[in-house]
Amino acid sequence: MLGGLAAFVLTSPGWPSVRRTFLSSSNFGHSIGHVAAGFWLDVRMFLVVEVVVLAAGLVIALIRVLDLPALFPLKILAVVFVDVMRGVPTILVVYLIGFGLPALQLTGVPTSAVVLGGLALSLCYSAYVSEVFRAGIESVHPSQGSAALALGLTRGQALRHVIVPQAVRRVVPPLLNDFISLQKDVALVSIIGPQEAFRVAQIFSDANFNYTPLIAAALLYLCVTIPLTRFVDHLQIRSLRERGGLLALGPH
Amino acid sequence: MLELRGVTKTYGERPVLRGIDLELHEHRAVALIGASGSGKSTLMRCVDLLEEIDDGDILLDGEPMTVPGRNPVPFRRRLGFVFQAYNLFPHMNVMQNVVLGAVKGGGMKSADAHERGMELLGRFGLADRSRDYPDRLSGGQQQRVAIVRALVTQPRALLLDEVTSALDPELVGEVLGVIRELKHEGMTMLIATHEMSFARDVADEVCYLQDGRIVERGKPDQMFTAPRSADTQRFLSRLLDRG
Repeated sequence: MLGGLAAFVLTSPGWPSVRRTFLSSSNFGHSIGHVAAGFWLDVRMFLVVEVVVLAAGLVIALIRVLDLPALFPLKILAVVFVDVMRGVPTILVVYLIGFGLPALQLTGVPTSAVVLGGLALSLCYSAYVSEVFRAGIESVHPSQGSAALALGLTRGQALRHVIVPQAVRRVVPPLLNDFISLQKDVALVSIIGPQEAFRVAQIFSDANFNYTPLIAAALLYLCVTIPLTRFVDHLQIRSLRERGGLLALGPH
Repeated sequence: MLELRGVTKTYGERPVLRGIDLELHEHRAVALIGASGSGKSTLMRCVDLLEEIDDGDILLDGEPMTVPGRNPVPFRRRLGFVFQAYNLFPHMNVMQNVVLGAVKGGGMKSADAHERGMELLGRFGLADRSRDYPDRLSGGQQQRVAIVRALVTQPRALLLDEVTSALDPELVGEVLGVIRELKHEGMTMLIATHEMSFARDVADEVCYLQDGRIVERGKPDQMFTAPRSADTQRFLSRLLDRG
């Protein structure tokens, strides 16, 4: 079937011109170094945003699950934040933060497009990741909390030593899934200026009327996302096998 | 040492405890018997302040624990609780389970807690399992670890909530043996149980609960051979019929 599809594409009337504009080896060689340099910015942004998102997501999730009257106003704020950030397309948030914040002309507000883009991505993904954490925390049986309290731990200690460690272990695969999409969504920051891989590829394409640099950028993304995806699969299979294995072994 | 006065608890519209009075003296064991849903477990959870009561008082060493706004944590540290379903922490090994409360809650030095934990594990035949994770242990072993976990903090009293109900019949004996030993050493205990012969052996007083009330209380011999209340008689004879 793949062969058929290939033959169908290769014999299409437009194929020679597509090959010229998308798969030109000279354009590839000429641009790959620059696109890779841009991609390095993607990787750095991804790494920083990921750390921010993990911390902020966990804090938001804890605010939402904790049943403390003092936290009630924060809880409402967290619900509104998550609803809004999950409900608005990421590209819009990047645009609004990237152009809106500097327009306020407040002192102390960063004007670097990289920082603003990172902030926008952090806001969007914190909302998603907080929901993943929340599901994880709520999946830990209440009897675990009772046992921790009965031992004389405070609520905070029970969360820290008993509930959250179990919750985090359970949500590692869905968290990594979110990070694969974050890795790709870093490209959205290009609309407010930073010269990351997609933007660099676009500049080269526009200058030479040839889209091969975009293919170069796509290949660079795949180099990161495919190993990450395989890693997630591996983790999921391992956790399934652990559970299944234990079931088969039973207590001894 | 532990005193309950008119303890009342309602879940929504449904009253679960209707004015429980109970006294537990030092080195004594009181057994709570009664059908499922009679309020035994709720009573145990209320005593450990895991549930809030609606009315009445619970006092530990004469100190009221159930005053609104009072921090429950110091009181919980003075009581040990063992759950029906063990409730060990699956992400920690046996020793980590055992020392967590003592170190984080009780402020015991880690080395001291480990030493004491090891000593107790050894006493109950679990010395070689200290590095195992709970899912590698049998139900009986898990419950013994849970008892050790409750003992490490040197509680004033142990609350045992149907600790053998989740066990396979052949594993019940090993857990009851541990509790008998503790009683022998003078541990103060409040025991909710379905094991009548065990209650008869270990308890100094037996209370029969029905619909959230203590219908009858007395010495085990009297309760099991000559119950005064018709309700207690019916409950016990149903148990006997079942074998």
